[in-house]
Amino acid sequence: MLLFSCPNCGPRNETEFHYGGQAHVAYPEHPEELSDRQWAEYLFYRQNTKGLFAERWVHSTGCRKWFNMVRDTVSYDIKAVYRMGEQPPAGLIPAGTGSTSPTQHAPEGAKP
Amino acid sequence: MVNTTANTEVRGLRRSPAAHLWTDFAVGSVAGERGVTLREIPFQTMVGIRVDPSSEAGRRIGTVTGGLPLACGNVTSGPSGLAVLWLGPDEFLAIAPDNGGVDGGILAAALVEALGESSGQVVDLSSNRTTLELAGPSARDVLEKSCAADLHPRAFAPGTAITTEIGKIPVVLWKTGPETFQIFPRASFADHLGRWLLDGMGEFAAAGSPTWH
Repeated sequence: MLLFSCPNCGPRNETEFHYGGQAHVAYPEHPEELSDRQWAEYLFYRQNTKGLFAERWVHSTGCRKWFNMVRDTVSYDIKAVYRMGEQPPAGLIPAGTGSTSPTQHAPEGAKP
Repeated sequence: MVNTTANTEVRGLRRSPAAHLWTDFAVGSVAGERGVTLREIPFQTMVGIRVDPSSEAGRRIGTVTGGLPLACGNVTSGPSGLAVLWLGPDEFLAIAPDNGGVDGGILAAALVEALGESSGQVVDLSSNRTTLELAGPSARDVLEKSCAADLHPRAFAPGTAITTEIGKIPVVLWKTGPETFQIFPRASFADHLGRWLLDGMGEFAAAGSPTWH
């Protein structure tokens, strides 16, 4: 069983938390200008990183607050825990693997 | 709310969520140096508070409750047995003993008045949760069977309260004394948690029983 260090409550059992997907996916600045495809990419397209990954978690049976975590998806090693609105510690997340860029590549075979 | 709890007939009719287990609690409680007792403390007054404790409204509410706890685990105590438990950075649970429902709703009304028009929330949650009290030298052993939080006194001293899970049931757990824990499950979990704890207490009765040896 993993122990997660909640920024508010300290180390707690993994079962007290729920997963919230990839962190740092910013809401589009001008959503009305997006095409359907860009909107779908914002809503549904996420990284599937092997290695260090920035993700959101919520301490659902504790303080009920969201926070960010950098976790190694291979070893489950937790590298950093930081609050909502903060950036991951410098140098931890390789560029392009922890956030959705608007110019990310379409999946193979997708229609433009 | 005020009208119904002030009604004498209604007070006579109220039933606590674990009332049907009181006999089982008494039978299942164990005396002695490995003892552990379980009982329900029914009808405590509880008020949920959502407010930024550093704001003006937070300070006004603090004057009613005797302060607001500022960190996980902290509990503040106020007048007439009132206690405020930390649930989150901006979420608190005020608990006061049942006084027969004589002035039911007065605490919530006072807190609503203290909040005023400021952003936040005060809600009477008295029937949301009930209170189970587990006490005795083996109380911690019973809890540790199904609660993964660190309950060792160095991490969980008397006077500490946390929200956690016991046997997958979300509860507020308050250590009120060196060997006394108050557990606050939601009303619909009271039956399951009561039986769950009784099951965990069984071995301490068996080991101390003369028929065991």
